[in-house]
Amino acid sequence: MTEEIIIAGFGGQGVLSMGKILAYSAIMQNQEVSWFPSYGPEMRGGTANVTVILSDERISSPILHFYDTAILLNQQSLDKFENSVKQGGVLLFDSNGLTRHPERKDIRIYRVDAADASAKMESAKVGNMIVLGGFLKIKPIVKLENVYKGLEKSIPKRYGHLLELNKKAIAVGQEIVEKVRG
Amino acid sequence: MKELKLMKGNEAAAEGAIRAGADGYFGYPITPQSEVMEYLMAEQPEKRTGMVVLQAESELAAINMVYGAASTGKKAMTSSSSPGISLMQEGISYLAGAELPCLILNVVRGGPGLGTIQPSQADYFQSTKGGGHGDYRLIVLAPSSVQEMFDFAFLGFDLAFKYRNPVLMLSDGLIGQMMEKVELREQLPRTTYFDRSWTLTGKPDGQERNIVTSLDLDASRQEVHNQHLQEKYRKCQANEVRYELLNTEDAEYLFVAYGSSARICQKAIQLGREEGIKIGLLRPITLWPYPAKPLAELAPGMKGILSVEQSAGQMVEDVRLSVGCGVHIEHFGRMGGMIPTPEEVLENLKKLLITK
Repeated sequence: MTEEIIIAGFGGQGVLSMGKILAYSAIMQNQEVSWFPSYGPEMRGGTANVTVILSDERISSPILHFYDTAILLNQQSLDKFENSVKQGGVLLFDSNGLTRHPERKDIRIYRVDAADASAKMESAKVGNMIVLGGFLKIKPIVKLENVYKGLEKSIPKRYGHLLELNKKAIAVGQEIVEKVRG
Repeated sequence: MKELKLMKGNEAAAEGAIRAGADGYFGYPITPQSEVMEYLMAEQPEKRTGMVVLQAESELAAINMVYGAASTGKKAMTSSSSPGISLMQEGISYLAGAELPCLILNVVRGGPGLGTIQPSQADYFQSTKGGGHGDYRLIVLAPSSVQEMFDFAFLGFDLAFKYRNPVLMLSDGLIGQMMEKVELREQLPRTTYFDRSWTLTGKPDGQERNIVTSLDLDASRQEVHNQHLQEKYRKCQANEVRYELLNTEDAEYLFVAYGSSARICQKAIQLGREEGIKIGLLRPITLWPYPAKPLAELAPGMKGILSVEQSAGQMVEDVRLSVGCGVHIEHFGRMGGMIPTPEEVLENLKKLLITK
């Protein structure tokens, strides 16, 4: 199994850390992973993206042109990466602030309105975990128990109390994700 | 029980240095390698092994601190990215002239000048053909994974002390910033190398004092010193060539690529083979000494060779020198911080070598 993923959105939406938790989770189940971020000026407030590859085999290129899954959290990212999803692949998006929704007919399109849901949870910071929950509902490529282990690894001890909130956010994402097409 | 960790390439190099028993790290921050010192500062190796970590006031200071520490037989390391490594060239030439062992990490970014902060491989000439002045060579290692960023800290220090020569780890922003799984090795003891024949560790009774210098105003003695250096480099060429072959058994076309480009080529090979194009890869692990012989042996069986680098075509000169005439050799690369995709590499192989 190899899953090639691009996650893209605004800097600060938790795009890179979502990828990191996914990578941690894969390591917990003995898979190979690569995580390559855009680390340019984008990080400082513009758009951020990260390519995450999970595989049972040694990973070749950490840079790709086409992806099995694109998780796109703002308009710029949707415009940039919609055409980079492989035929039959998955596009997961958050409709918050979009002026144009994805249009392709040859891919599977899902929607997870994480920005709205996280506002209701009174913690905008868990938006990325809502999205991750939605993604894992569509493609359960890593076990939830391993995601929780990944969360424990990447949340600093002093923020330990946020662990439960993040777990709850994943559950919310699994609930609210909906199929749009395909 | 294997100790596995998810790390960035830069962090893996830093952890590798600690575990290889480094005595000191001296550096100055620059993107995309700042995580090396950030990791070391957070990790506080002075508490783990006694290793010193110091932020110098400039790259010039850092490389000269390396010179000082190396003079006493200590395992010293510095790291920087392209413009910072350019600033260090005087010191690197002095280290080579004075035959001092050390480990230098260059996490290359786009140039020339201040350039960009994105990945590049355009420092190949500087690394392998002498970035500083004089007839000297660096042993140049090219990691193509986060695991190798860790492992080559061990290998780098071993080679540096074996040959009393600076070793350069030539990485790039992609390998430095990427996270992968790393299998960590056990901590080596931090044992200072006490070869009293040359180190400055206090004059023993009954022995002449040691002098570490790259200066000798007597030209005839300076020539003898140069001959000695060249003899050392020849030994290195005979013994230290390292490379990896992938899918070459039945290959009709060959990629030659190192570091991050080698990773991209691996995917291009998969894509090519799905279309029935038999491609293989020779990945130089040592860029100096260059794997000229294995490349020359492979080349005659190939319909064409594509050197893939994130530069305007630097390593391709060594490919041509190794192979000679008779085999079609081309270069493909992106510049200034742009990274080619596997599809782009395959398309250019077809364009440059097959359809012509």
